[in-house]
This record gives sequence, structure tokens and C-alpha cells, in this order.
Amino acid sequence: MSDFFTEAVLIATVAGGIRLAVPLLFASLGEMFGQRSGVLNLGVDGVMLLGAFGGYYAVLKTDNVWLGLLVGVAIGVVFGLITAVMSVTLKAEQGISGIGIYLFGLGFSDLLFQKWVGTPLPIKAFPKINIPVLSDIPIIGEMLFRHSAVVYIAFAAVPLSMFIINRTNFGMKIRAVGENPEAADSLGVSVTKVRYATLIIGGLLAGVAGAALAIDLKIFQQNLTNAAGFIAIALVYFGAWRPLGVMGGALLYGFVNSIVLQLKTLGIIPRSWSDIAAMAPAIVTILALVIVAQRFKPPAALTKPFERGR
Amino acid sequence: MEKRYLWIGLGVVAIVAILVVALSGGDDDETTETTVASGETTEAPSETTEAPSETTEAPSDTTEAPAEAFRVAVIAPSAQNDLAFTQSMVDAVNVVSGSVDMEIAITDGTFIVEDAASAIRDYADQGYDLVIAHGSQYGGSLVEIAPDFPDVSFAWGTAADTFGLPNVYAYEAASDEGGYVMGVLAAALSESDTVGVVGPVEVGDAKLYVDGFAAGVLGENPGADVKIVYTGSFSDVALASETAQAHATAGADVLTGSAQMVVGAVGVAAENGILWFGTQANQAQLAPEIVVASQVYHWEVVISQIVAQVQAGTLGGEVFVIDLANGGEVIEYNPGYEVPADVVAKADATIAGIIDGSISTGS
Repeated sequence: MSDFFTEAVLIATVAGGIRLAVPLLFASLGEMFGQRSGVLNLGVDGVMLLGAFGGYYAVLKTDNVWLGLLVGVAIGVVFGLITAVMSVTLKAEQGISGIGIYLFGLGFSDLLFQKWVGTPLPIKAFPKINIPVLSDIPIIGEMLFRHSAVVYIAFAAVPLSMFIINRTNFGMKIRAVGENPEAADSLGVSVTKVRYATLIIGGLLAGVAGAALAIDLKIFQQNLTNAAGFIAIALVYFGAWRPLGVMGGALLYGFVNSIVLQLKTLGIIPRSWSDIAAMAPAIVTILALVIVAQRFKPPAALTKPFERGR
Repeated sequence: MEKRYLWIGLGVVAIVAILVVALSGGDDDETTETTVASGETTEAPSETTEAPSETTEAPSDTTEAPAEAFRVAVIAPSAQNDLAFTQSMVDAVNVVSGSVDMEIAITDGTFIVEDAASAIRDYADQGYDLVIAHGSQYGGSLVEIAPDFPDVSFAWGTAADTFGLPNVYAYEAASDEGGYVMGVLAAALSESDTVGVVGPVEVGDAKLYVDGFAAGVLGENPGADVKIVYTGSFSDVALASETAQAHATAGADVLTGSAQMVVGAVGVAAENGILWFGTQANQAQLAPEIVVASQVYHWEVVISQIVAQVQAGTLGGEVFVIDLANGGEVIEYNPGYEVPADVVAKADATIAGIIDGSISTGS
């Protein structure tokens, strides 16, 4: 066990945990916006996959990672809009329409990949940015401040989300629509517009999550996300619909995965325990979720389509 | 009414999008592809090979295959160009089609076993001569489906069990043999004496390869440290990537891995200048600067025998193995990476030793 507490391993474990948390953080922050306004979107993973392919393909063709991220944004916005049309305007059952988006994303991203790329080819990754001064701090600097640019963007999105939800007029409307859409409507708040906006933000962040994942891994493959979008939805519950909580959940999931991998690499977890250990992140998240679920309540109008006068 | 139009509009947009993609791109793709929402990509059985030149019935002015073309369907869990498990079988069937008048249909991406089972039954129902269920997870489905189609031959792998059914063949790879050779190469090229393995789940072909690789490393350098990590997933690219990162931190300067999720690990290896050994298909193009060699499966050795036996009227009941001796496993070096001659000589001697039985892989 002493092998684990060496400087190199600790740095690698924390840095790895942060990397694994980034796509989850983007996606779950986006999902949080939708759920705070009362809409459950189960299609996150599908949008992530489409964003991942779009981002990958753009970088493959242009060598420009920022264009790749932008393509992820665009795809996310389009699918956020489609989700909004289905869930808000057409009032489709949210769980079923989300699964539809997921299946579409899973199949369509692979179809595009097969038609336009074929054999997976590596692409350029995001540039690594060492934050001046902070990256020179012993140990901590290497753990936290020597990451690719997209990692900083993901964590900057947390305070930004907090500010939007808690300190802006728009955030107040989101909360009102999520808790009591009838009351918000009677006060002149357009439930439809607010929910459209949150779902587009959610789609945008899911698209970014996918693009960030593909560009960070420098590759695309069928079902690249491996259901990370569904974990992101669970993390919203885990984080009690609050940006900081969501960030905590994403980091917990990333760290548990990273710690398990390091312990396996060092032989501290024997190979015979390998499969059980692989379940550790899910088990820890579920346990934490059970504890959190007893203390916090979801937005009162979550999953309920709004119809004026009913 | 307004909602109805919106639904219709959404449906039209989705259909148009799928059609645009299906009809565009893929300049080098001559097959017809359709997709369903589950991610399953199906090649319509439109790809046919030309009749052998010595045939007495010239196909004259028609481009369609003769009616007696041998019909083969392949159902596989990952993409047909995954540079790994699925591609190895698709390549093999295409090779066999060069010498046998054959009509090929491929359904890839069926990582959901129920989807695969549905495709297997569908092809059998259509009267395909041979249905290849390329995945050890499909065995349960075959046990149920094969007895319903006694005139159709089924093959599945990697496995060594025909379930006692007269119309089921099984095939497997002695991947420990190629793994052992790669291990010898890895040990010879490692300067840190630490090599890492990124494995999926400790079963079947992956386990055999990894065990053989580890035995090869230790056979060449008993003092080497072989770090083996099974991520617990065949498809988690991010986890495979982090596993490679963990190996790099632990000082590994040579890595290998099995299954389709290794593409993430190869990227990390390239980033850190770590050498990589591939398996199942030639992975050199993933990172030409660090891939030393790949153990490539040539399932055509098995498929050609199965096709011949089916044509002769024997529909199953036999287990086939590819290995170094029968040419079903080949070590392909990456021309972009120059392996020292003495190391190649060691690998050649190891191959010869495994074939003549003087070297045991321990599996």
C-alpha cells in the first residue's frame, strides 16, 4: 500500500480523476439546468455521442481542436432544441423521448463514423496549459494546474452555473418554473421559453462533453461515451441539483475510478478482485445517492409537462 | 393539429438526415449500408464476388451473383473496422470470398446480445448457408436458434463448444502463442524492465493473449515486472486510456492490450513515447511511430475449411483453432518502426520453438 502514497502515483491519481470527471461535469451541469426547470432529459448520452463524433470529425479534417469544440456546441444546441420541441411543445413523455434521442445519437454517430471515417484515426488533442505560478507549486501544481485547456473550462462552468442559477433573474425564473410552473406562469414568466432555454443549455453542454471526451482521447469509436451520459444524469441527483454538488459527484466518480486503476496497476488490488473493483465507482455513487436522496427533494415539477389552466 | 405537424416535421427531418448520410460520403465504400437506432449497422447482402474464371456458366451481362453463390452472414459486436476483433473476421470472410463464389452480409455493432440474436435468426430464416456469430457472448443465443434451422450451418467463437449440435462449428485462437512472441519482443525492447497490459475482462481470448504475453516477457526476462490491469470493460475507451496513463506512471516503457477499447491506450502510449504491441488486427496505423508489431488473426484459415465442409454437406460438430503453425496467427511488424535484427531473430526462434513444441506458453 505504501507504493500508492508516493508523489508520482498520488499526482497521477488526482490528475487522472480530474480528467475522468470532465465529460461528466459538463454533461451533468447541462442536465441540471433542464431538471431545475422541470424537464428530465434522458437523451444526454446520445447528444454526447453526436457531439463526440462531430468534434472528432472536425478536428480530423481541420486539425483545429477549438473548431471541434465549437462543432460539439452547435450539435448540442440543435439537439437541445429538438429535445425542447419534443418535451415542451409536444409534451412527449420525457423518459421515452429522451431514450429516443439517445438511441438516435448512438446509431447516427456510428453511422456517420462508418460512412465518413471508417477506421479510427488519431487526432490532435487540446493543448496542455500550465497555469503560471500555480503550476509551480510542488505536488499540488502538477495535480491541479497542468491540464488541458478544456479541464479549466469545465471547472469554470461550475461557478458560472452557480451565478446563473442563484444570482440572475433568469436563474430565478428557472427555479420558479421547476418548482411551481403554474405560479410562475401567473406572474408572467413564460414556462415554455425558460424550458427551451435550459434544454438548449443542457444540449450545448452535452455536446461539449462529447467533443471534449473525443478530443481528449484523440479518437472516436462506436459508443465512445460508454453510457457516461446516464452517469451524468445520476450525478445531478447525487449533487442535489446544485452545481457544487454535481461537481462533487463528478469528481468522486472520477477519483474512485482513478484510485481503483492505480491500485490495480500497483498490484494492491489482486487480479481476482478486478471485476468487483471495476464496480466500485458505481457502488460508491449509488450509496452516496441513497444518502443524498433522503436529504434533498427534486424540483417539484420535474418530469411534469406544463399546460396552462390544468 | 399544430402538434401533429411538428411530429411529422421531426420525422421528415430525421429520415432526410439518415438518407443524406446513407447516400453521401464513403467514396471507397461499395456496399449498401442501412442503420437502425440501436447502433446496429447492417450491410445489405449486396456485396458479391465475381464468379471464378473457370466457371462454365459465364455470368454474361448481369452483375448479380449466380444463384448458387455461397451465402455467409457475419454478426459481430463492434465496428467492422475496429482494428481489432470484428475487423479480423470481416477481413477473413472477404479473403475467402476471393476463392469461393460467395455472397456476404455483415451486421456489426451488435454489442447488445438480443440484437445479435435477432440478426442471427433473421439470416438463418433467409436461408444463408453459413451464419457466423462472432462473439463468445452469442453462445446462449445459438443454443436456442440453431436447432430451429437444421439446414443452416452456424459458426461461433471464440469458443471451443459446439453444444453437441450437428449444425454448429466453434472456432478459437491460440492467442497465447502470438502473445508469447509479443512478450519476448516486449522484454527484449524494454529498457525499464517494466511492461504494462491493458486488458478488458479476464475471460476468453483476452485472457489467453494476456497470459501468453506475460509468460513471454518473463520467459525472456525473468526479472521483468509485468503489470496487468483488466479495466472490466470491452468498450470503455476513457478507462483504457487512464490505465495506460497509470502504467506510464509506474514506469512501463512497453504496453499491450486487447479488445476494441485499446484505441484510447494507444493514444496515451504515443503521447508518452511508449512502445505498443497490438493484437487481433494490425494496429500500426493508430500510431505508426510506436507500434512495434501486431499479432494478426487470419480467420480465413478456419473459415475456408468450414465453408468447404458446409459445401460438402457437413454443417457442424467440429472445433477449429488458429495458431502460429497453421498460419492463422501471424506476427506483422510495423514497417515504420525498425526492430533490431537480433530482436527479430529472437522472435523468429520463439515462433519456431512454439510450433515445434520446444517452447510452452504455459496456457
